[in-house]
Amino acid sequence: MRRIPLSAIIGMILTGAFILSALLADFIAPYGMAEVVGDVWEPISADHWFGTDTIGRDMLTRMIYGGQTTILVAAAATMISFGTGSVFGFLAATMGGWIDQAMSRFVDLLMAIPSLILALVILSVMPATLTTLILVMGFLDATRVFRLSRAVAVDITVMDYVEAARLRGEGWRWIIFREILPNALSPLVAELGLRFIFAVLFISTLSFLGLGVQPPLADWGGIVKENSAGLVYGKSAALIPAFAIAALAISVNLVADWVLSRTTSLKGGRGA
Amino acid sequence: MPNLLEIKNLRIEATSYPPGEPPCEVVLVDDVSVSVEKGRVLGLIGESGAGKSTIGLSAMAFGRGGVRLTGGQILLGGRDIRGASATALRSLRGREVTYVAQSAAAAFNPAKRLMEQVIETSLHHGVMSRPEAEARAVELFRKLGLPNPETFGTRYPHQVSGGQLQRAMTAMALCPKPDLVIFDEPTTALDVTTQIDVLVAIKAAIRDTGVAALYITHDLAVVAQVADDILVLRGGKKVEYGTTDQIINTPQQPYTQALVSVRSIDHVEKSDAPAVLSVANVTARYKGTSFDVLKNVTVDLPPGQTLAVVGESGSGKSTLARVITGLLPAANGRITFAGRQLSPDLASRSKDDLRELQMIYQMADTAMNPRQTVGTIIGRPLEFYFGLKGEAKRKRIQDLLEQIEMGAGFIDRYPAELSGGQKQRVCIARALAAKPKLIICDEVTSALDPLVADGILKLLLDLQAREGVAYLFITHDLATVRAIADRIAVMYRGQVVRYGSKTDVLTPPFDDYTDLLLSSVPEMKLGWLEDVLKTRKMESAGN
Repeated sequence: MRRIPLSAIIGMILTGAFILSALLADFIAPYGMAEVVGDVWEPISADHWFGTDTIGRDMLTRMIYGGQTTILVAAAATMISFGTGSVFGFLAATMGGWIDQAMSRFVDLLMAIPSLILALVILSVMPATLTTLILVMGFLDATRVFRLSRAVAVDITVMDYVEAARLRGEGWRWIIFREILPNALSPLVAELGLRFIFAVLFISTLSFLGLGVQPPLADWGGIVKENSAGLVYGKSAALIPAFAIAALAISVNLVADWVLSRTTSLKGGRGA
Repeated sequence: MPNLLEIKNLRIEATSYPPGEPPCEVVLVDDVSVSVEKGRVLGLIGESGAGKSTIGLSAMAFGRGGVRLTGGQILLGGRDIRGASATALRSLRGREVTYVAQSAAAAFNPAKRLMEQVIETSLHHGVMSRPEAEARAVELFRKLGLPNPETFGTRYPHQVSGGQLQRAMTAMALCPKPDLVIFDEPTTALDVTTQIDVLVAIKAAIRDTGVAALYITHDLAVVAQVADDILVLRGGKKVEYGTTDQIINTPQQPYTQALVSVRSIDHVEKSDAPAVLSVANVTARYKGTSFDVLKNVTVDLPPGQTLAVVGESGSGKSTLARVITGLLPAANGRITFAGRQLSPDLASRSKDDLRELQMIYQMADTAMNPRQTVGTIIGRPLEFYFGLKGEAKRKRIQDLLEQIEMGAGFIDRYPAELSGGQKQRVCIARALAAKPKLIICDEVTSALDPLVADGILKLLLDLQAREGVAYLFITHDLATVRAIADRIAVMYRGQVVRYGSKTDVLTPPFDDYTDLLLSSVPEMKLGWLEDVLKTRKMESAGN
């Protein structure tokens, strides 16, 4: 094991803390999620570590539950985008010909429309549930994963060992999951971190615009929206979730960076 | 006369990062001393990893990424340039010392015309004005035997052949009138018939311009034609250093003797028999084109014998292999294998057809999945074709590892943990695991060092004697062909121009192309280059 750089350690500690607090929300949150416990926009105090929000709910509690929602939605959407994007990307690369053309041009078509606009249109006509949100985000993001995994797999399918597998008579399942996937894993794992960050930003944006997570549930983007009016009066409550979004994005990025540098050929060959 | 370049007790180190282990220091070159006088050529020879390129580049005090020149002296014209300032080195590199790389295609900028690149360093260093530099470049083009020297420089790199590009790079290196030129395997990537022209051109240019040169190569027969002195290297250490005459005719060290000695393989040609593979009037072209890459090819291969397919790059020999395996379906003609007619494309062949026809590749590195262990690589055909599992499979893998002269301990290793020769052996075992009747060997020894390649050839012959498998052996190396073939097909521009038993094909009278091909193979004797030029009948295709 090579020495882990300081930046990656900081990233891992912060990411770990965010995930832990999301998992243990019910045990560590001091108050109830929708419980009004104080005045409007109380300042920071021993009772309310982060103060209270626009209708007097405890900000720390809101932040913990909001983090749970944000991380859950982003993680689920990332899983969906990787599950579909990579399998279809590998398929396109191994099959080639018109199958590849059809899939790639369809993805081009989707990517030509700005994904935020497309998401807003789809979400405004669909029932506003968490599941719809996750599915829409996952499939829109899958286009990016498709492109990356197809590009990586195209490099691998021309290798002699894939040709050897074809000559042996192997089917596409063996070729994709046993020959290509293990060799495409490193760039995909690094991309996983980045796509997760984009999903966090995307869900926050959607909620801020009012089409994401619906009340009484809240995510960080929604909390920013609820408290944004206070900024005019010098109340800083909206800055806390904004800071949390930034901190999560940066800490995951630090970890992803380290994974990337460890495993890709950018720095002295893929680790065995 | 004082030495132009004098390297004393050179030591070069680098930091290595083995996967999963802490970084460690490795010594690439240890205590090597050489000297080159003005107007003389020093050959640096050794197998890969011997440190020959590293020493070559140190003559301009350069180390590739992470490589450090840590000890000794590099005296160029009396000055020690090891540890000289960046400014001093910049004015020296590309002017006093220049470099000719192995792959000219990768070394030229494809977006700029040749002239622009050939005179670039001369202008940059202010050695001469643009008109002077262009005039000198044209003169060098003429000296190097390039066609239309006046207009040659207006072409782009992709518009000239590989051999011409290599000569253009030599012109680039000679243009600023350097004192020393480093040639790093300048002919290794070329076909034998082209190599000879480039060798002649380089030799004449060195003689005419009076520069000193370092000539790096792994091919002793090539270096014997151009060098005055030879330094034999192994593992970064000096093995033997002497004049070319001494090294070739009276080598002292056992390693040098092994390099000099001709292949030690005895192979008795087998007599003709009914064929296991017969290719009849096969024509092939790529999808969407009308150009025949194979024209009317007919060859037969009896069981347990070796058919060598020889020819230069682009002659269609690898295409023939792709057609036989079904990767490129034949447009016309018939392929009969083990009594059955093979369907042209891969998808409609039976599992037995696939099993009995195996393939071994040139680059063992890319022929094995880097994420699979040796056990998985060899075990998969056993599982796929014979349904072997668990202990039975493991037992058979161990048998196969014994057959390729590697121990059972290799079963859990990854390809990255094997040497080049071991990798190729594992590929052989994977092919054998399918119990094939025919193995297509596509340049299987070309990427290996000569002594390792010898071992692989011996193994292949042993296995043939034991298992009765036939080989279709694709190669451009005629020494290999002489060593192992029973039958030979000479290919040229998609056609078989000569075909028959080894003795028939290698016995005169030759057709013009076979003569050119046979005579172009460098021989390990002094003055061979000059003799060939006097006697050959046909110019090579590169001109």
